[in-house]
Amino acid sequence: MQSAVSIKDLKIAYGDHTVIEKMSIDIAPREFLVLLGPSGCGKSTLLNAIAGLQDITGGEIWISGKNVTWDEPKDRGIGMVFQSYALYPRMSVRKNLSFGLRVAGLPKAEIEARVARTAALLHLDKLLDRRPAELSGGQRQRVAIGRALVREVDVFLFDEPLSNLDAKLRNELRVEIKKLHQSLGNTMIYVTHDQIEALTLADRIAIMRDGVIQQLASPAEIYHRPANLFVAGFIGAPAMNFIEGRIDRSNGSPVFLCNGLAVDLSGYSFQAAAAEGPATLGFRPEHLVLDGAAGGLPSISSRVSVVEPMGSDAVLWFDWAGQSLSLRLMGDVTLQSGDALAPGLDITKASLFGADGSRL
Amino acid sequence: MARTHPNGPRPTHMTAGRIGLYAFLVIAALFFLLPLYAMIVTSLKTMDEIRLGRIFALPETLDISAWITAWSGACMGTVCVGIRTGFWNSFAITVPSVALSVFIGAVNGYALSLWRPRGASVLFGLLMAGGLIPYQIFLYPMVRAMANIDLYNSLAGIILVHVIFGLPLVTLLFRNYFVSVPEELCKAARVDGAGFWRIFFEIMLPMAVPMIVVVSMLQFTGIWNDFLLGLVFAGRDNLPMTVQLNNIVNTTMGERTYNVNMAATILTAIVPLAIYFLSGRWFVRGIAAGAVKG
Repeated sequence: MQSAVSIKDLKIAYGDHTVIEKMSIDIAPREFLVLLGPSGCGKSTLLNAIAGLQDITGGEIWISGKNVTWDEPKDRGIGMVFQSYALYPRMSVRKNLSFGLRVAGLPKAEIEARVARTAALLHLDKLLDRRPAELSGGQRQRVAIGRALVREVDVFLFDEPLSNLDAKLRNELRVEIKKLHQSLGNTMIYVTHDQIEALTLADRIAIMRDGVIQQLASPAEIYHRPANLFVAGFIGAPAMNFIEGRIDRSNGSPVFLCNGLAVDLSGYSFQAAAAEGPATLGFRPEHLVLDGAAGGLPSISSRVSVVEPMGSDAVLWFDWAGQSLSLRLMGDVTLQSGDALAPGLDITKASLFGADGSRL
Repeated sequence: MARTHPNGPRPTHMTAGRIGLYAFLVIAALFFLLPLYAMIVTSLKTMDEIRLGRIFALPETLDISAWITAWSGACMGTVCVGIRTGFWNSFAITVPSVALSVFIGAVNGYALSLWRPRGASVLFGLLMAGGLIPYQIFLYPMVRAMANIDLYNSLAGIILVHVIFGLPLVTLLFRNYFVSVPEELCKAARVDGAGFWRIFFEIMLPMAVPMIVVVSMLQFTGIWNDFLLGLVFAGRDNLPMTVQLNNIVNTTMGERTYNVNMAATILTAIVPLAIYFLSGRWFVRGIAAGAVKG
């Protein structure tokens, strides 16, 4: 099947400073791809390169089966939504929506029909004659999305579209974008630094760091089987717990040893044959079982240092082997700081990383 | 002493310092208005009355003949046609100069801030350096250059000179204005298919209206009030009002007609004055525009 967007050996550099080195991704039609990473990782640069707003140093960009590497943004069949909305301030919502169509010289009736259709889809009907200054943040971003939709193209690019909104609106618009993708079925590439947006929206997430994709996989895969320490630490809040130790197989089957704790690794699915040596064990706060001994799991003894109730769940913090670890519990918690606890570790849900940081 | 319990709006007091401040402001205003007052009353007096030497006295009878003379009969040397030719010359010089310099400066500022062509900062630096050098230094080379392209002593020549000397300031103001425009606006327009000129005319210029007004006013008053460039480059037929005013005031044949001189001076100054009075609101808005988001 033909890719909607295909990036081949893309390289972007400013003089000696390389932002993206030899990147290749294929994005399937109707796919929702999220580019996620800390600021400065090159995700917005990549998006701008796909849009044609950023000069590239090497490689090719294909959109809908056409090599658009040297094409102008308007000829690439894309619509784009920006973080700062970037609405034309002196034009009404109607003019904002129709600007691109007027530039393209479409017949008037066609422009009116498309604007009406888009406005209805995004509930902008009543706002068409207002100026951007007279709209709220959420309305402005809906107009910005509308300006991309009205072009009726195959690929939509979103550059941190929700970052300027407050938390409540962000949640609402996130759902709206997801619905929009489900009903339109276009290919969407979405840049964000917010992992919740990434996990909720994406079919696949590409986690980037220093211009290199660390892992490209489904949200579940990324959350449960992170490819390396960076991905493991970046995704999840509170962050994954890490304890450093070593893998020992002197008794035949591999065992993780750390600070007197011995974890039998026979339940862990290794990528390759387990080798001896230093390793890092990572486990998510919700994968610690409060009453570990009862389940026969290897357990850690400590005392609760802090309780963070969050309504639907609660996070317990405790110190073990000189570091702060966290445990997530559903519902109300009767434990208080100072209480003893011995949580058990479910190795089937944990992640092991080798000395180079990659998954074992 | 019992202190009043603070409640509600803070009371305002007329302190001695405040009275002194207002007194100073009133006196300063009077000080600056006095010359204008003297000019107006003198222009409305007859020469007989002026000879009495009471410069601040109101005229006994309102006599507007000096204004008529100044407009259409005052002599520059042997020619006695008043200052009206200069008035129209000044318009012919100022209006195209302002329009061209503001337009080119706006394009410059837009290109320098939002498109950043290669060498933009060097170009901008050179332009600013040019703007900082006193323009008297350029006079002689400029005269030679204008003569070379056959524009010396012509209307087109003086307009070109004004446009060139106006560009550094106009470009600077527009560049600083457009620098505050988010880059994404330009990107969005490019995705929508708009090019350099369409983005400029349909998106950037409408946003920059307050700036256009301010810059136009600055340029208008600057070019209207110019004396030296008009004298050197305009040629005899296109002398601006300021040069003709000088010729009237400095021509001494017999008695100095103070009332005519005053009337001619006011006529020359009235256009920029009127512009400031009529568009003060816009002026303040434009100055503040950089600070507030559009």
